[in-house]
Amino acid sequence: MKREDLLKTLMTLAAKRFERDLAELQPSDDFFAKLGIDSFQAMELMTDLEDEFDVEVPDYELQGVTTFDGLADVLERRL
Amino acid sequence: MIPPERYGSIGELLLDAMLQFKTETALLEFSRKRTAHELSYLQTKREADAMARKLADAGIEAGSRVAIAMSNQAAWPIAAMAVFFRGAVLVPIDYKLDGPDQQKLIAHSGATVLVTEYGEWREMAKVKSGELALTKVFVTEPPPREELPANHELWTIGEADGSTPALPIVRRERSDLATIVYSSGTGGSPKGCMLTHDNYLEQFRTLSERFPQEIGDRFFSVLPSNHAIDFMSGFVGAFAAGVTVVHQRSLRPELLRWVLQEKGITHMAIVPLLLEAFERRLDEKLEERSTVEQALVEGLRQVNAAFTLDKPRAWLSNKLMKPVRDGLGPDLKMLFCGGAFVDPKRARRFYELGVPVVIGYGLTEAGTVLTVNDLKPFRADSVGSPLDGVELEVRGADASGVGEVWVRGRTVFAGYLDDPEQTAEALHDGWLKTGDQGYLDPSGHLHLVGRSKNMIVTAGGKNIYPEDIESAFEGLDCEEMVVFATGYVWPGSERAGSDLTKEQLVAIVRPKGESPLGDLLDDLRKRNRSLPDFKRIGGVLEWSEEFPRTASMKVKRAQLAEALREQAKLDALVEVQA
Repeated sequence: MKREDLLKTLMTLAAKRFERDLAELQPSDDFFAKLGIDSFQAMELMTDLEDEFDVEVPDYELQGVTTFDGLADVLERRL
Repeated sequence: MIPPERYGSIGELLLDAMLQFKTETALLEFSRKRTAHELSYLQTKREADAMARKLADAGIEAGSRVAIAMSNQAAWPIAAMAVFFRGAVLVPIDYKLDGPDQQKLIAHSGATVLVTEYGEWREMAKVKSGELALTKVFVTEPPPREELPANHELWTIGEADGSTPALPIVRRERSDLATIVYSSGTGGSPKGCMLTHDNYLEQFRTLSERFPQEIGDRFFSVLPSNHAIDFMSGFVGAFAAGVTVVHQRSLRPELLRWVLQEKGITHMAIVPLLLEAFERRLDEKLEERSTVEQALVEGLRQVNAAFTLDKPRAWLSNKLMKPVRDGLGPDLKMLFCGGAFVDPKRARRFYELGVPVVIGYGLTEAGTVLTVNDLKPFRADSVGSPLDGVELEVRGADASGVGEVWVRGRTVFAGYLDDPEQTAEALHDGWLKTGDQGYLDPSGHLHLVGRSKNMIVTAGGKNIYPEDIESAFEGLDCEEMVVFATGYVWPGSERAGSDLTKEQLVAIVRPKGESPLGDLLDDLRKRNRSLPDFKRIGGVLEWSEEFPRTASMKVKRAQLAEALREQAKLDALVEVQA
């Protein structure tokens, strides 16, 4: 999967789960701040992403990840 | 439960357990809310057999050493069992240590094979580069395109189908070495406790006499598996009793709670900090309810307390306390708590709410547990009475009966690996000098007051223990607190014109969030005044960094003192006396 497609799917899912307008989201955004979510909600988003991409990402891979770009990196490594 | 008496080694006992309980569920692993693995005892045996074959191919035989560095998960006990099937010695490494420290311990242990997970492995530069001489390294869950070095192999569980015949188990004697466990002592050379098969099998026998577990029970394994408590209650002891061991890969509080509430957990071993977190959760739950309901719960708690004075009555407590229990874990039968000071008031509250908190005391050098409460009746004020087979003496007692705790018995370790000096320091004619100070009450229950090495002798000749003082400040509204003697942190740093640098006690406090230290001072002073003169703290110092802690969540005092020495400013010390 191409990087842009991955990012797009990822941000679409995030926008849907937290009821935001997709157009407002940028790859470099801090998703905690932008979506107004806590780390547990971020985990829930990660679970959605795992289901979508049929991949498993251990929690330790997510340490320090704060942007959509960062999330895409983590997913890309595991795909 | 399988009586351990007729087994020569942990491996033989576990092999029989796998066959005897074969249709029961042995392992249940959750990754957040997804079931990652659910393995029957028979499947678990197949997985362990498959791993034992890999270990054999890597040259592992009787007496070889295999290190495991992995967070709590189903693969941990499977790998450990495979090590024991090979008659080898297991070296469990604390997964919370950083890579360089882990490598140091692996090198010290003489392990030739390492089993680890990707998240740990990537921090081990010397393992990756081959500088640390290992015959084989098994890595779980590497990303798909990660290229592993030549002596590495990807290991996955859940795929063994039993089609390859199992290798015969390598038998061992009771006196043979089973594990080398690094105790959480800080600083200095690594202390590798050598523990024998007899140490563990005897520990299992005595513990299961007091707290038998049964088929259908579910043990939630959250303390690191390298730690003695989880090794016994979440591995050897659990499997020997046909219990299901449950793991949650994500250690987020919400997800731990989810497992407790939804997955039928009956037993769990925790450290006092976790008990405190549970209590907060209980309070939150209660606060959500109306005043009438809160009063009702309080009434029921009192009724339950009255009817369970002599011993727990689970059926009654479950009925009475259902609303509260559901918020914590509806199926919980018992919480084992040890590793540090447990607030008696807190433990009693849980008991009265229908969840017995069993308080015990032990150390790696003595297997797992030396003394434990037996709930007949429930007691929260002591760490319990010695287990069957444990001889316990308080030596060199002062006028108040407090002295150093010495123990002897079949669970006492064989010494520190390659360290005759430290071994001679700890072991004397079969007696283990624990380094803990305490006294026995008339009913034979042990009360601990502190560590010998932390003891402070006051100008008036009284012995005081920082741990003892800390207990008086339990529940203070801060993140963490620890008490030091100034002479320990800043030896010889007397300043002219200030009383603060004389040998006295100081509290180091990490306040919550942005709240200033000042908010705590009233409460701190009030509690301080309730202490006898010679136990009162003289000053308090704010510290913003998280305290360094061991695997069992004990504060690493030496390390913290060093940081304080380097960075803390004595000028910032706030006086609290008077």
